[in-house]
Amino acid sequence: MIRFEGVTKVYEGQRRPALSEVDIDIEKGEFVFLVGASGSGKSTFLRLILREQRPTTGRVFVAGRELNRLHSWKIPSIRRQIGTVFQDFRLLPNKTVHENVAFALQVIGKPASVIRRVVTEVLALLGLDGTGDRMPDELSGGEQQRVAVARAFVNRPKLLIADEPTGNLDPATSVGIMKLLDRINRADTTVLMATHDSTIVDQMRKRVIELDEGIVVRDQSRGVYGY
Amino acid sequence: MRFRHIVSETFTGLRRNLTMTLAVIMTMWVSLSLFGSGLLASQQIDLLKGEWYDKIEISIFLCTKSTPGPNCTPGQDVTQGQKDEIERTLRNNPEVAPEGIYFESKAEAFAEYQEAYRGNPLQGVLTEEDMQESFRVKLKNPEHYEGVISAVVGLPGVQTIQDLRQILDPFFQWLNLLQWTAIIASVLLLVAAALQIGNTIRLAAFARRREIGIMRLVGASNLYITLPFLLEAVISALIGAALACVTLVTGVYFIIVQRAQPSLQGLRWIGPYQTLVAMAGVAIVGLLLSIIPTLITTRKYLRV
Repeated sequence: MIRFEGVTKVYEGQRRPALSEVDIDIEKGEFVFLVGASGSGKSTFLRLILREQRPTTGRVFVAGRELNRLHSWKIPSIRRQIGTVFQDFRLLPNKTVHENVAFALQVIGKPASVIRRVVTEVLALLGLDGTGDRMPDELSGGEQQRVAVARAFVNRPKLLIADEPTGNLDPATSVGIMKLLDRINRADTTVLMATHDSTIVDQMRKRVIELDEGIVVRDQSRGVYGY
Repeated sequence: MRFRHIVSETFTGLRRNLTMTLAVIMTMWVSLSLFGSGLLASQQIDLLKGEWYDKIEISIFLCTKSTPGPNCTPGQDVTQGQKDEIERTLRNNPEVAPEGIYFESKAEAFAEYQEAYRGNPLQGVLTEEDMQESFRVKLKNPEHYEGVISAVVGLPGVQTIQDLRQILDPFFQWLNLLQWTAIIASVLLLVAAALQIGNTIRLAAFARRREIGIMRLVGASNLYITLPFLLEAVISALIGAALACVTLVTGVYFIIVQRAQPSLQGLRWIGPYQTLVAMAGVAIVGLLLSIIPTLITTRKYLRV
């Protein structure tokens, strides 16, 4: 699903590379934690997958396509196959919950009737029944993140990327979100999650990739946060 | 449905930025009106010059039955022999430009008369028979007209010689100056309008950067993201252009049709056709001026 071959990324004006000679292979259906201190390269790793940045050297493959080779006008179609969840939720503040989730379907041109049905389904699936007409700022952090997960999931993407999704949430709510991500993973979506949250990583015992100053120092199949 | 969504986003954007939209419309209106006036002025000048003004310097009008003149036999048209003599004199004159002698027949003169006075009350007054044949002469050096005139002025069959350029050149120079002033002023204003549009788009893109960021994340195509901005710019520009067209039509109606034409009937005046040409020019320039700055600005600020 995701393959990094000898990927190095040096940002302009920086001396130390953000990522250095990274070789990673993530198969379809896996659930992978990406851990490491701040500045270890986790966000860069995710940005390369979304093609917000391009590697300085090396190749990045997503769903078998080499990202560097793609024309910039093909990038949107790649991004439609990737759901994203962020620490700051990134919901549109002037739209209701329903409209926020519908947005992901609108931009790919699905007809209004389909959108209405699918969005209602997904909201129910994620325990957000009845919140459809509320505005994001009326919701708690946990609910907002659920909406973000709903939006990421509504297109049934092959890959879901989460960048510190529990960063702004309390432990109990975090568990709720992780259960959602686990269910999504079991429905055959590859999940890649960058996180600082050691409790969660320890609890779930999934594959753990650890980055330190841009280098992969650990890649364990049923790992914990620390050694 | 996708279309409806884009249209609603566009109108929301226009409303949110209402003051800037109005500013763009007004700038477009004024600058396009000036530009259109320049186009009208240029067409008017062409009409005043008529068929021959730019091509030749001297017009030699030949006798007809009804025109009196020192070299004319009353009641008689100029003869072929007289015409040949005149032509030979012209050909032999060193000041005449090679291939610079044109002959205009009665039929051609009549056609031009019909064209020039179309819609004018004077149109029906003269017939083809009343028209004068003429030689139109181009000189190598427009300053050296005296030699040619003196060579021809005494020849039989020559009714009168006109060197319109002597009289009218200063007048046309002044008109040209007016025309170019209008065009330069309009170009400067149009550049200002284009910059204004670019600035408006930049501010709108900045204000909506969150939405735009999320749109990109979710995989919206570049077209989907830029389209609302493009439509906003085009709509503002088209409203401005429409207002400019109305201004031009009103101007032509009140200044030309109501005042100038009735009082100066002998001249050719711009009319509906020229106004349409000017409006088409205004519409095209308005469209280009809205689309190009928008595309440049969105490329720069939307990072598409």
